[in-house]
Amino acid sequence: MRIGVLALQGGVPEHLGHLERLGIEGRRVRRAAELEGLEGLILPGGESTAIGSLLAADGMVAALRDFSARRAVWGTCAGMILMAREVSGGRPVLSLMDIAVERNAFGRQLDSFEEPLAVDALRGDGGQPFPGVFIRAPRIARAGPSARVLAKLADGTAVAAREGRLLATAFHPELTGDLRFHAYFADLARGESP
Amino acid sequence: MDTVPGRTPRRSSSATVKTGLARMLQGGVIMDVVSAEQARIAEEAGAVAVMALERVPADIRAQGGVARMTDPQRIREILQAVSIPVMAKCRIGHFVEARILEAIGVDYVDESEVLTPADDSRHIDKHAFGVPFVCGCRDLGEALRRIAEGASMLRTKGEAGTGDIVEAVRHARAVNDGVEALRALAEDDLADYAAKMGVPVELVRQTRELGRLPVVNFAAGGIATPADAALMMQLGLDGVFVGSGIFKSADPARRARAIVLAVAHFDDPLRLAEVSTGLGEAMPGIAAGALSPAERLAGRGR
Repeated sequence: MRIGVLALQGGVPEHLGHLERLGIEGRRVRRAAELEGLEGLILPGGESTAIGSLLAADGMVAALRDFSARRAVWGTCAGMILMAREVSGGRPVLSLMDIAVERNAFGRQLDSFEEPLAVDALRGDGGQPFPGVFIRAPRIARAGPSARVLAKLADGTAVAAREGRLLATAFHPELTGDLRFHAYFADLARGESP
Repeated sequence: MDTVPGRTPRRSSSATVKTGLARMLQGGVIMDVVSAEQARIAEEAGAVAVMALERVPADIRAQGGVARMTDPQRIREILQAVSIPVMAKCRIGHFVEARILEAIGVDYVDESEVLTPADDSRHIDKHAFGVPFVCGCRDLGEALRRIAEGASMLRTKGEAGTGDIVEAVRHARAVNDGVEALRALAEDDLADYAAKMGVPVELVRQTRELGRLPVVNFAAGGIATPADAALMMQLGLDGVFVGSGIFKSADPARRARAIVLAVAHFDDPLRLAEVSTGLGEAMPGIAAGALSPAERLAGRGR
């Protein structure tokens, strides 16, 4: 199986490293032709304004929308913003998922934090919380009806959602030593997750 | 490290979130700006962050005198103008300027040789801060010392305000060569190496195993064109700072956009040709080789 990581800007090597650790072939994607032969695509964290403008410059918006209709896509942090249908304080970019997100929802860098998350959807976790790393993170202000929330902070803020084979997380599993979210996405890409 | 009472333990300012922000800036361009208007131009062009300043390095160089932290009012205006991260510079060793920048809420502090050093023997103990720091380096030893002091991100020093790329290339190559030499060392020699560099052996071992610096390392100091930016990316840097190169050029918005595209497509010569076309005059520039030792900023802080 091959999974791409959109490599126009952002935390690309970290995702590729996690894919490699799972024995999955990763590929950097900078142009539409490089989507060919991929089972899934990760939209990494980075600056959503910068990535959005680079996507528009290359006519990649239509290509990614087309890809998402057939394959699995996962956006982390800025990637989640790119996927959202509504973005408060910004324009929607790909409009792939039925979620509304708020950018920089927790504040500036000094408000960045780590908090363990209970995520029922993760297989084989034995109840272990997932290490949530939130960096100038967005939040999910609304999800649904077709998208469902996968994880919340202790205060009830929604921070992960899924809609079919589309996945969005406000946090950064690629910055942790925990491979479970990447394994979960690989299952989505294989079409193996309920 | 703080916890929020009454909730699941929430940790702030961990090494992961400090180095993590820099990781999210990879493949991006960080631009020097001196006003809210310039900050908006930078954001619109696709900058991943801005560096809030009173004067760009070319002006600091031209005007001489003591260069200090920017007026907090100016920084606040820029913080309010854009949604991307905002960085600001403090003098080497000036931990009070750093505390002020942290209190204002900047996202990253650059302990910078571009400003006049406040301490000629020590850098700031950056572990003591919640805000992350970026520092300049000319070789692997400097890079590792800054990491040991708590820097969460590095950049080449280059020679700021010149528009001459030669020093940034020299510093990037020196770091790369340093890592290569370290990889060739035997395990038994690591302790001596660490002692010579003045850094913990664990950090040396980690760098050797990774085959690169353990934090993100950007290019800085002399980048004036899209080709300069792409050159630094091809030398293995993780992203690019552009100081005077944008707002000292004839058409800043266009050049800013061109440099953003050049960094994203750094290995595509046709694309680089396209974005390099018709940009108007670059910043005038000064050959770094023509500077006297006293005029060189990169020698500040070891």
